[in-house]
Amino acid sequence: MDVYLPIANLSVNGLFIVMLGFGTGILSGIFGVGGGFLTTPLLIFYGIPPTVAAASAATQVTGASVSGVFGHMRNKGVDFQIGAVMVAGGLCGALVGAGLFSLLQAIGQIDVVINLLYVLLLGTIGWLMMREALAELKPARFGTKKRAAKRRHHPMIAALPYRMRFYASGIYVSPLAPGLLGLIVGILTMLMGVGGGFMMVPAMLYILGMSARVVVGTSLFNILFITMLVTMVHSFTTHAVDIVLAGLLLVGSVTGAQYGTRIAQVAKPEILRLILASIVLAIALRMAFGLTIRPDEVYSVVPL
Amino acid sequence: MGILGAVPSAFGSGAPAGGRSALRPFGPLAVVALLFAVLLTSPAHAQGRDPILVVGASQKDIVLRQGFTGTELLLYGALLDPRGRRAAEDYDIVVVLKGPTEPITLREKEQIAGIWVNAASTDYRSVPSFYAMASSSPVSEIVDPRTAAIYEFGLDYIQLSPTGTIDPEEQARFSSGLVDLRQRQGLYNQFDGAVDLEEGVLYSVRLPIPSNVRPGEYTAETFAVLKGRVIASNSRELVVHKEGVELAIANQSQDNSFLYGLFAISMSLFMGWAAGRLFAIV
Repeated sequence: MDVYLPIANLSVNGLFIVMLGFGTGILSGIFGVGGGFLTTPLLIFYGIPPTVAAASAATQVTGASVSGVFGHMRNKGVDFQIGAVMVAGGLCGALVGAGLFSLLQAIGQIDVVINLLYVLLLGTIGWLMMREALAELKPARFGTKKRAAKRRHHPMIAALPYRMRFYASGIYVSPLAPGLLGLIVGILTMLMGVGGGFMMVPAMLYILGMSARVVVGTSLFNILFITMLVTMVHSFTTHAVDIVLAGLLLVGSVTGAQYGTRIAQVAKPEILRLILASIVLAIALRMAFGLTIRPDEVYSVVPL
Repeated sequence: MGILGAVPSAFGSGAPAGGRSALRPFGPLAVVALLFAVLLTSPAHAQGRDPILVVGASQKDIVLRQGFTGTELLLYGALLDPRGRRAAEDYDIVVVLKGPTEPITLREKEQIAGIWVNAASTDYRSVPSFYAMASSSPVSEIVDPRTAAIYEFGLDYIQLSPTGTIDPEEQARFSSGLVDLRQRQGLYNQFDGAVDLEEGVLYSVRLPIPSNVRPGEYTAETFAVLKGRVIASNSRELVVHKEGVELAIANQSQDNSFLYGLFAISMSLFMGWAAGRLFAIV
């Protein structure tokens, strides 16, 4: 099934794009991540111009997260208070990200920066998640060696002023902390076309110390708004949102997400986390490898 | 990644059926009329030395729309001797199809501290977005390099008009990098010997047009070469454009950014929501 993409200016195998969306949809249903961190690099490998890939992936993540947000809202799994603070931070982040994007584009380093960010972020988070998942699996095998009591949140977070009570998350922190997290996620969404869920979920759990019950829902809530915003910013600045591409990805991802949710209900969470960690690490390694070997294209063309 | 190759190699399957049968025979009346007109208007031809090229193309325009996976452009024509006789048999035909030119920056990656990053760059004022050349014999055997450079016969002789002052060696490295890149994208091609020349009169050639071509005005130039000299030439215009939904999408994304963004978001929200509802029922 050949489909012509009017913004990317080339024709692609539509079925392949739908399957790609389906795969990331399953991930987003299981883990509450948008799946953008998978979609964008794969689209670029496929030959879609990087800017179009990042912009259209952001649009797709909106659709992939919407039904998840509704689902978690019904189960009271969304902390709207923290969500609102993070979205506000994300708004600033998206604008900062847009500025950074054009700056990096002008000096010709946008693709290197995007790749390095992927390696650094995915590498760190994949490694942390992998350690966590393995530690959780270990006691089950070697008896009952309990770990030391966990601290609620990072000491640096506790030091921030204007602390507030966030009841749904069960924490007492400064709104600056989630705001800052939102800001960073906003920048990354703009630059990398990722929803940021893969880093938001661990950050909420381990840095903010939010209750696990609301983490996935709140993360999805934030992803939903940030990606909508980023789609808008891209429409205005880069004009790179390809709705045909986004539509194809959506067809796959919204169905995939439904299956993902079902898998999440029956599978063991530790195993799922281990799988996610492996996927994230694999992509990080692939990209790190790609940075060090001679690229297929040493030359690249930018219209003046 | 194996899927990388899927995009450029996608063309070839969807050539329009109408284009294949377009080699119309030239009626003798038409030829006479044409010769008469040429004899009246052109003093050079009145002497009866230089032949005339009559050119045709299978399509006047190429439409970029759903289902377009690239196509083949058939260029054909005939070499006519003004005296009405068959042209001599040692003519060669060279066809050059060029897309709209654009100014670009070309960046070159270099390994710095183990990582490949963009380092040097150079600007070009007018680079053709598409270039395809086909000839009836290898170009190096038809003309000398100087003539090839004048008429842009071949990938080595595309006029790229670099700007700025970089030394010629570096310039050559950049230019060959650009040509190589575009060649692998299917946008620059050279087909030596691809032009069929029948009885030294009728010529025809099929040029593949990939799906990633840029919209704009294309020019197909045909040259007749004899003893290393271009003795006749003729050209045809060809428009590559988007149409229908594809044109609307491309235009809206540029002109109506706000509505376009809003539409993309609504589509995304609706599809996500609808899928959730649908699966709740199932």
